[in-house]
Amino acid sequence: MMTTTHPLVQALERMTLIRAYEETLVDLHGRGRAAGTCTSVGQEASAVGVISALSADDLILTNHRSAGHLLARGADPGRLMAEVMGRRDGYCKGKSGSLHISAKELGVVLTSTIVGGELGLAPGVALSRSMLGGEGIVVCFFGDGAACEGRFHESLNLAAVWNLPILYVCENNQWQAFVHRNETTLADGVAAQAAAYGMAGASVDGNDVEAVHTAASQAVAAVRRTRKPFLLETRTYRLRGHFEPDDQSYVDPAELARWRERDPIVLLRARLERDGVLDAEEIRAIEAQARRTMDRAVAFADASPYPGLEELTSDVYA
Amino acid sequence: MLQMTVNDAVSAALAEEMRRDPTVLVFGEGVATKRRDLVEEFGAARVRNTPLAEGIIAGTAAGAAATGLRPVVDLLFAPFLTYAMDEIVNSAGKLRFLSGGQFAFPMVVLAQTGAGWGVGAQHNHNVEAWFVHSPGVKVVMPSTPADFKGLLKSAIRDDNPVLFFTDLALGYTDGPVPEGDVAIPLGQAAVLREGNDVTLVSYAKTVHGCMQAAGRLAEAGIGAEVIDLRTLKPLDTATILRSVRKTGRLVVVHEAAGPCGLGAEVAAVVAEHAFTHLRAPVLRLTGPDAPAAASFPLEQAFVPQPDAIEAAARRLLGAS
Repeated sequence: MMTTTHPLVQALERMTLIRAYEETLVDLHGRGRAAGTCTSVGQEASAVGVISALSADDLILTNHRSAGHLLARGADPGRLMAEVMGRRDGYCKGKSGSLHISAKELGVVLTSTIVGGELGLAPGVALSRSMLGGEGIVVCFFGDGAACEGRFHESLNLAAVWNLPILYVCENNQWQAFVHRNETTLADGVAAQAAAYGMAGASVDGNDVEAVHTAASQAVAAVRRTRKPFLLETRTYRLRGHFEPDDQSYVDPAELARWRERDPIVLLRARLERDGVLDAEEIRAIEAQARRTMDRAVAFADASPYPGLEELTSDVYA
Repeated sequence: MLQMTVNDAVSAALAEEMRRDPTVLVFGEGVATKRRDLVEEFGAARVRNTPLAEGIIAGTAAGAAATGLRPVVDLLFAPFLTYAMDEIVNSAGKLRFLSGGQFAFPMVVLAQTGAGWGVGAQHNHNVEAWFVHSPGVKVVMPSTPADFKGLLKSAIRDDNPVLFFTDLALGYTDGPVPEGDVAIPLGQAAVLREGNDVTLVSYAKTVHGCMQAAGRLAEAGIGAEVIDLRTLKPLDTATILRSVRKTGRLVVVHEAAGPCGLGAEVAAVVAEHAFTHLRAPVLRLTGPDAPAAASFPLEQAFVPQPDAIEAAARRLLGAS
């Protein structure tokens, strides 16, 4: 009997939902019904593992590969789908599309598509938290590509000298748009750079949701206790291209095959079956449930009207 | 009326607004070092030095503004804004719109520019029009101590990102400033001198050049109306059009380069809305399409001077 109280089953449900959402978007794009997106397929364990370690009053900054973070935080798939399809009932009235979705009600503030943009904004959000009171911390998701930007240095340095409560999460997915990180940096990973700023850091297998959750929980506790920043690197892999459509012809097939075997959803299913927590039928039921949720989300988005043309110039100035 | 310099007017506005609103804070390179009085009155948390990193200073302002604070940041010299363009233009200027209005960015960015200190083009470059062309941000560039104080107070209270430029040559000039809490609304030009024959539109230090030229023109019986834009965005088109419909002649004067500058914008607005009132072509007097040199005579020649403004006005009247 499946029990939804088991935290790893909840994680599988959420990861399956994220995968179904992004595969639905890819399908919609292929049929000309949605714009192309930057998916996070293969990175679901990182999103779910970190977000599940947060409290309701923590604030999140994310980037162009944000679907996992938003859905893990409890975003409504229908409103997300409506946003990506440019409809009025999207989280941002259809003005964001897939790339800059923020959802203030979920504490997902300030999504920037400029690589490293979220790093530039995070210290200010944490400064507000510090000066206006409250226990909440700030979590800033960025990729290994953003760690090559100058803003990475500026942000971590300022957060360290100002004692800002920020958990920096570098989702190292090995790819920086169309370039493998082996071509752009000699460092083995990103976490070691924390030491240069006098900051604590850690690296974790980003495809093992339990390991991510444990590492993130420890990091969150440290930030909450010390009110100082922490750099957590989740080592994962971008299983699809930079932007849909992308045939990934530039990807080494052997490397891709190795990481497909380490698909975080495949790993988690196998583990739950091996441990006798779920059987194959129950796993299929989780997948079917996610598909039904997506059918409803697409129907919701389809039924939502496009924004009125007055939205062309509304919300520009406060 | 008090008598104070532009720099003192800026300091007074900062202190008054910090006293009035506990969410106002100020940070930047050397801010806490130079403004000890503010540190003493408001504490180190609200008056901060930063690393030499304009991008993260502006980004931190944007992040703080979106989540409840009202930051003022000093980026020192306008050309340094190139390091902060992403945070100002892509984040503060666009994320309110892109988020469907979920966030506001009440922040002020201070920067100095203009001829007068012989610092050359990497410290002196009038880039204000770049931001006029950027959605979601406002641009202010005053010319008198009273306007510096009153407009900075409004800029701090405004819920949008405001670029607030100080002309380097004006910092130590003084003038009358009203006592007390006087905020001057953004988006209102000032008619500094009335006249019926020609309209001189300007902002920042060249306003004073226009006033000198207007004085000389008056001696020759020519009535020049001088308009100080004060706020470049939103632009007070009503005041410009009212004047041009009266005089039929327009000279726009600024230190920034001509192509796609404020002069081009003002000329276009007049062409669109007051064409039939024009009795002569619109003239622009601007800095050249060149980096500013450090050498004093070259630096001064960069700026439209009173003689040239007077000559332009006379040309429009066929009275050269």
